[in-house]
Amino acid sequence: MSDRQDTRPETGAFFARDRNLHPPALAPGYKTSVLRSPQRALLSLDGTISEITGPVFGHSMLGELDNDLIHNFAKAGESAIGERIIVHGRVLDERGLPVQGALVEFWQANAGGRYRHKKESYLAPLDPNFGGCGRTITDENGYYFFRTIKPGPYPWPNGVNDWRPAHIHFSIFGHGFVQRLITQMYFEGDPMIWKCPIVNTIPDRGAIEQLVAALDWANTIPMDSLAYKFDIVLRGRRSTLFENRPEGN
Amino acid sequence: MVQELKYLKETASQTAGPYVHIGLTPNFCGIGGVYESDLGASMVNDETLGQRITVTGRVFDGAGAPLKDALVEIWQADAAGLYNSPSEMRGTADPNFTGWGRCPTSAEDGAFVFETVKPGRVPFKDGRLMAPHITFWIVARGINIGLHTRMYFPEEAAANAEDPLLARIEHRQRVETLVAGGEPPNYVFDIHLQGERETVFLDI
Repeated sequence: MSDRQDTRPETGAFFARDRNLHPPALAPGYKTSVLRSPQRALLSLDGTISEITGPVFGHSMLGELDNDLIHNFAKAGESAIGERIIVHGRVLDERGLPVQGALVEFWQANAGGRYRHKKESYLAPLDPNFGGCGRTITDENGYYFFRTIKPGPYPWPNGVNDWRPAHIHFSIFGHGFVQRLITQMYFEGDPMIWKCPIVNTIPDRGAIEQLVAALDWANTIPMDSLAYKFDIVLRGRRSTLFENRPEGN
Repeated sequence: MVQELKYLKETASQTAGPYVHIGLTPNFCGIGGVYESDLGASMVNDETLGQRITVTGRVFDGAGAPLKDALVEIWQADAAGLYNSPSEMRGTADPNFTGWGRCPTSAEDGAFVFETVKPGRVPFKDGRLMAPHITFWIVARGINIGLHTRMYFPEEAAANAEDPLLARIEHRQRVETLVAGGEPPNYVFDIHLQGERETVFLDI
């Protein structure tokens, strides 16, 4: 563990979220958002102890194959079909500091774009050796990695002919409940990224590019797996120097 | 010239999509054998201190239909008003209480259920006590960024009346959107994403 963790947990409130980098609630090109978006303004409040605290998860809860989607649902001796990849990167906060002990959960379709879910009816077949879920916890440098197969694109009933680009869903727990984030990772060079109504809910091009993982040739394992690097940035935290002055915050 | 403020930009949110359960509650959606149990399915055990309560509810869209594919997470203090978090500096929370729960809404009727304990009061930043509350976070298909809100308790009228967050709500009739219905120990907290009864959501 780093010195930072050894000394004292941080207790400051988090930087205000820059909502111009995030998709608005109402993005009509993504049709389901029309009836699922609040119309009133959000009530803004600096973080209280109820939001700047959050649960922690220990490495002990992880199973040996939790970060290996090629094998964690496969029958003994078998493996998932598809383009074998490693996805890795760091979870940082806005200050550039590593977020250690962050729970990272991910889920995805199989190589043919088919999800293992009862509500899913796409005609591409299930892979009997692929479940599609995994999780890991960042180390003291904020680093995480997992092994999987590259998901296929997937058609969805939004526009008449809308397809999701290949993507992996990510859910991240930092140290405070207000750092809670769910997002999607895309793959470098995919021409479908810029056609997607869900990608395009994000108004800021730079913010979209931050969701596109680069092909990481240096970390590709010869004769085994390609690698993609995906860094994730969570909200930063203020210093606590003047947080509790009785004259008021 | 001045020094540059070199801050990184937060990763943008995207919807959790309709298959959020695959990743966050795989056992719930029939993907067995990967994890022993779904994370956040249980908050209490036989040793947990405090008054046991049940919180149930549904999440409604702007047409009044319950979401059957949403995922709700809650975070709360223990019965003594302490958070089970390393950032809690006021004392040590009940080790038999996680403080955090995760529940998908039912595919049949859209209901979520949490078995938990009633939280104690915790201080606002200026030291005033907030009324007992549970923090909610809601994600689903069609929700582009997770929605934060709070549930307060109907029998805590006096504490609610002096709660610093509730006091910030300009349109006073909207305060009731954050107060659960039902009777102790069984509460009902319905969340309305849009429209007449729209729940107050927080930028926090």
